[in-house]
Amino acid sequence: MNPSRSEAPKVMGPTGQTDFSLFGLPEQFSVDESALDAAWKRLQSVAHPDRFSASSDFQRRVALQWSTRINEAHQVLKDPVQRATYLLSLYGRSIEAESNTSMPVDFLSEQMALREALDAARERPEPHRGEALAELRAHCDRALKKGFGRLGELLDAHPDDDALDRAVEEVRALMFIDRFRDEI
Amino acid sequence: MALLQIAEPGESTVPHQRRLAVGIDLGTTHSLVAAVRSGLPEVLPAADGSKLLPSVVRYRSDGSKEVGEAALLAAAQDPLNTVVSVKRLMGRGRMDALRQRSPYRLAGDEQDGTSMVRILTEGGAVSPVEVSADILRVLRDRAEATLGDELVGAVITVPAYFDDAQRQATKDAATLAGLHVLRLLNEPTAAAIAYGLESGAEGVYVVFDLGGGTFDVSILRLSKGVFEVVATGGDAELGGDDFDATLADHWLRSWGLDRDALSSSEWRSLLRLARRLKESLCESVNDQTLVSQEWMRDDGSRPLALTSRQAFKELTEPLVERALSVCAGVLHDAGLNRDQIQGVVLVGGSTRLLNVREAAQNFFGQEPLAHINPDEVVAVGAALQAHLLAGNRPGGEDWLLLDVLPLSLGLETMGGLAEKVIPRNTPIPVARAQEFTTFKEGQAAMAIHVVQGEREVVSECRSLARFELRGIPPMAAGAARIRVSFQVDADGLLSVSAQEKTSGVSAHVEVKPSYGLGDGEIAQMLEDAMTHAGSDMKARALREHQVELRQLIESLSEALAADADLLSHSERVELEAAMSAGRQVCGGGHLDAIKNALDGLGRLSGPFAERRMNRAVSQALKGKSIQTF
Repeated sequence: MNPSRSEAPKVMGPTGQTDFSLFGLPEQFSVDESALDAAWKRLQSVAHPDRFSASSDFQRRVALQWSTRINEAHQVLKDPVQRATYLLSLYGRSIEAESNTSMPVDFLSEQMALREALDAARERPEPHRGEALAELRAHCDRALKKGFGRLGELLDAHPDDDALDRAVEEVRALMFIDRFRDEI
Repeated sequence: MALLQIAEPGESTVPHQRRLAVGIDLGTTHSLVAAVRSGLPEVLPAADGSKLLPSVVRYRSDGSKEVGEAALLAAAQDPLNTVVSVKRLMGRGRMDALRQRSPYRLAGDEQDGTSMVRILTEGGAVSPVEVSADILRVLRDRAEATLGDELVGAVITVPAYFDDAQRQATKDAATLAGLHVLRLLNEPTAAAIAYGLESGAEGVYVVFDLGGGTFDVSILRLSKGVFEVVATGGDAELGGDDFDATLADHWLRSWGLDRDALSSSEWRSLLRLARRLKESLCESVNDQTLVSQEWMRDDGSRPLALTSRQAFKELTEPLVERALSVCAGVLHDAGLNRDQIQGVVLVGGSTRLLNVREAAQNFFGQEPLAHINPDEVVAVGAALQAHLLAGNRPGGEDWLLLDVLPLSLGLETMGGLAEKVIPRNTPIPVARAQEFTTFKEGQAAMAIHVVQGEREVVSECRSLARFELRGIPPMAAGAARIRVSFQVDADGLLSVSAQEKTSGVSAHVEVKPSYGLGDGEIAQMLEDAMTHAGSDMKARALREHQVELRQLIESLSEALAADADLLSHSERVELEAAMSAGRQVCGGGHLDAIKNALDGLGRLSGPFAERRMNRAVSQALKGKSIQTF
């Protein structure tokens, strides 16, 4: 790593361009994944620094910034939780994942029960442990899938204020489940 | 990029001007250079016809150097001044070298142990970067002599698990050897390209690489033009040399001799004999066919060394088992079963051994890809990639390699824990920023430690850089907002910057690369090389800059022809004036004037480049949108 190369990375793009419009996708929660990946590849084939290995330093830097921006946007749009968070931010709604941790009591007690189930599963001998963990994982996957379905309903068709509020809550709950699933 | 056309205005351009670029496999035991000639990739031989250059450099007291075969022959009698396997020391500190039981006299920063190790030879202290540069220089000269022109650049391969410091060291070595690095390419990815797997073959592939001294297994997932390294593993002390030693030890036992009773030259000659017979086993008619040769001892006695494929297989089974258990471990890490593997690629000379090949075939339940010479396959893949990156698109063939970050990048937080900022397998290039705050009132400085690795404890990750943010204005604890930004480029190389946000005061950043060479050091080495090499090097530098300037002007002309509407009238007049001034300077022999013209033209054309890119990106999806969306 060289000090002289450490200019601040600028993730830039023409103003007014969202991650969705960059990929030519409608600003909604549901995404056609194959269209997303095809657009990603197509954009990278224009902007990737490998296309400019014989060009000027400045041209290569511009390519690096664009290519970085395209990868970042792709990561955001590919992941449903990040995608929903980003979409809500376009509607001026913040998830406040760090500052606001208050959740409905029902949800929290369900989370506690899941954690206890995880601890109990870890105590068990194989092969029961593996089976119990797989069951927990499947439980999370079902919960996530249901949640994503609800987000689609809330966010795909011109959401009103109430729909946005409920979507924010949904995303925060899904973040919990997502993180819990990673821990299994 | 369009093909470069080197021609003065008014002159006719040479049709299909080739831009020469090579692929280099910079290996632990040997290195190779390959290029695409007449449409086909081939390894370029030295004048004597040999293709493998032993990665060995000997430094003599008179300042001269020997590289390759000559150095390898001298290694036994001059072990302290002959550097072998320098790849193991790239981007590593003195303590790492000691842990590896490096046989050399070593120097390095004792205090904080953060500078790259130096090897003390009678020809002076050399860093691993310089040793690698000496090897690369021989390969560059070989390529230029064979191809008859200067190179526009090179693709250099590195192991998939190489961290930032090791990758940066490799790139620095190339710079020092006068090579423009088009791309650092992962070795397993290069092997996959050699087999054409990038052209559509989706799925999970295993690259099984058994070389002279190391064994590496990588699992690659290919999807939509992205090469993802799913898992890597290996044994740094398992290679063809161990097979030779096992056979030699077996003979000694059968003759009732002990290894300690042999002179070192006897042991080496026995190892050479073992290697010869091992290699001849491939041509045996059947498993029982005996191959034999007398071994000449110092005292004139001549015991008969004897083996068969069957005997060799039984003897070396423990070694093959070790390799297979590594494979099983890597599959386990990747969470994959053997039946999910779509193909197996064999790399490394030792995969020619029939028992190794059979073992790989049985383990993975399919016949491995092995029709490309396993010693050459990595260099061949690198050559294909270099050819493409240099702007030659043979027959409309085209692919784009989208790589991923091999190891997670993180920062040290309180309690010696590593917090991941960019997880491994994130597609690169990528940028991420993270905010930190002060924990003491009026805290004016903050130490930032960048690490790479998967472990949660900092001490078990690789230290990449430490730097200090100074001049943070006095604030209450927790009020400062320090934003640390990481940028990883397409080669997987990192740069870091930091800034205090609330005060608007841009804090001073000092990056101290661990185990690296500073930019200043590289510049100094280059300058030294220029001074010592005299007019030859200077002439070369002049030519290189002339080519670069001509190339820039040429590509600007093409850009103007396509997108002149992106410039205002005055911008266009200014740019064209600078271009024609550049053309005049280019013909003259003044290096500084050419450098100035390059800088000036680069800066002036900056906004144009930016606007063209914006246009290209926004048009990339047009016309496609109807079918796709």
